[in-house]
Amino acid sequence: MAKKHLTSEDIIHIAKLGNLTLNDKEVEMFKKQLSSVIDYIDKLQEVDTKKIEPSSQITGLTDVFREDKVNEERTLPQDKALANTKSKANGLFKVKAILTE
Amino acid sequence: MDLLELTIKDTIEALKDKTFSCLELTKETFSNIKKNDKKINAFLTLDEENALKQAKEYDDLIKEDAQIFDKKPLLGVPVAVKDLFTTEGIRTTAGSKIIGDYIPPFNSTVIKKLLAAGAIITGKTNQDAWGHGSSGENTDYEPTKNPYDLTRVPGGSSSGSGAAVAYGASLVGTGTDTGSSVRLPAGFCNLVGLKPTYGRVSRYGIIAMASSFDTIGHMTKTVYDNAKVLEVTAGVDPYDSTTVPEKVGSYTKVLGQSIKGLKIGLPKEYFVEGLDKKIDESIRNSLQVFEKLGATIQEISLPYTDYAMAAYYILVPSEVSSNLSRFDGVRYGKAREVFGAEAKRRIMLGSYTLSSGYYDAYYLKAAKVRTLIKQDFEKAFEKVDVIVAPTSPTLPFKIGEKTDDPLAMYLSDIFLCPVNLAGIPGLSIQSGFVDDLPVGMQLMGPQFSEELLYKTAYLFEKETEYYKIHPKFKNG
Repeated sequence: MAKKHLTSEDIIHIAKLGNLTLNDKEVEMFKKQLSSVIDYIDKLQEVDTKKIEPSSQITGLTDVFREDKVNEERTLPQDKALANTKSKANGLFKVKAILTE
Repeated sequence: MDLLELTIKDTIEALKDKTFSCLELTKETFSNIKKNDKKINAFLTLDEENALKQAKEYDDLIKEDAQIFDKKPLLGVPVAVKDLFTTEGIRTTAGSKIIGDYIPPFNSTVIKKLLAAGAIITGKTNQDAWGHGSSGENTDYEPTKNPYDLTRVPGGSSSGSGAAVAYGASLVGTGTDTGSSVRLPAGFCNLVGLKPTYGRVSRYGIIAMASSFDTIGHMTKTVYDNAKVLEVTAGVDPYDSTTVPEKVGSYTKVLGQSIKGLKIGLPKEYFVEGLDKKIDESIRNSLQVFEKLGATIQEISLPYTDYAMAAYYILVPSEVSSNLSRFDGVRYGKAREVFGAEAKRRIMLGSYTLSSGYYDAYYLKAAKVRTLIKQDFEKAFEKVDVIVAPTSPTLPFKIGEKTDDPLAMYLSDIFLCPVNLAGIPGLSIQSGFVDDLPVGMQLMGPQFSEELLYKTAYLFEKETEYYKIHPKFKNG
């Protein structure tokens, strides 16, 4: 049994952060499952990391640059870039308005 | 030809000797797929028309140019491609329904390299959607079955690629390994599976799971075949700035060299309660083979092992939540509601561990523990050359056994994910069989020690030859 108890409100809040909407059944299921996972990952709090640097790049590469030039091979022509969309107009992605008058 | 027995090495010889043609091999491969894939579900998309066309062209090339195999080292070799790999003109779903009708307008770097080397793509393989899983059951389609026992999982997330190679539906299965996804299916399907050093193989064009962990590997029947494929896929790619300018090894050239004096470490933290007794016994028997080959065995300690999974399940979902945020259905693909349960779990977990007030306690803490785990391995490699451990604590488990308990599923990767935290290479080979099911054994080495791992694995395989055991489609 998990020590950590996420509430339905917690789950709905976390889902919103991840741009997800859940139905009631999912809220119940995730409440239980995520509580037990968070309970498990909480064991890291036991580890003393005061003098330890975090790792975000594991092979130690730093500052990898390229020339600031357009590489034609890396770009897609408009028709190819739009090939997978169902919503286009005048060679552009057509999206819903976010501002209205 | 017997597709279950065939290796890349045999195939190249047979094509050179004209024992069979590329077209015959390709036709036979598709006839096997049509006969058996209904039972196995290894493939999501097939590319037969192109494959046959290419095979005919290659047969002409072989006639024209006797030296063609030097230029195209994988000429005519059928490759099953995990569905995270972007393939121009071939549907690429990531095992998900959200992008279930996505047809990429470009190739990933690894695909470009494989095609340039003469490989023939048979199709795109089933997987846990987005790479999230250890069994293949998190696919948004029908799960893949293990050809050794159809009631059991083939391991994941590269489930279809593993199963496909195991039943002779291709000679290479490409995979990605973020925490286990090449090595576990290799272990469960009697294959050799490489998780290369982070940055050894380009990630460009491969749908990202957790960018600081993702590595691009492959499964084959034998060590030689595996080494041969890495010779093609490894190297710096200007399109992936995390690829490391480290010389690509002559992976096939070192095979056969002696491992006399090699120091093998056994991490005591990996031989603990929860490890199946019969697997423990199988690994210990295999160690005797290494000793016979001149290696010495010593116990070592990787003291932070117990924290690896917890660090992994903070860092990886954090990166997942960021990488999957782009799938918003605005430009193409379906809306986010269509994500499967596992993707939703990981997005939520990552959103939680990165959220305001929790970042320091979770993400930053885990990034520091990652440093400790990396140091664990560095210290161990001061004492030993290679570390050996089981690939999985259990035999291939039953379909459905762990689907309701995500934490139990996550713990299937307990011996595999520390390697991804440290960025080192891991090679899963076969330790033998228990109850007619394959037992995987993992060799780990320092960063960029792939040559050493292959050399070690090759001599062991020569002694044991487990690849000569073939699946019998039990319970099929």
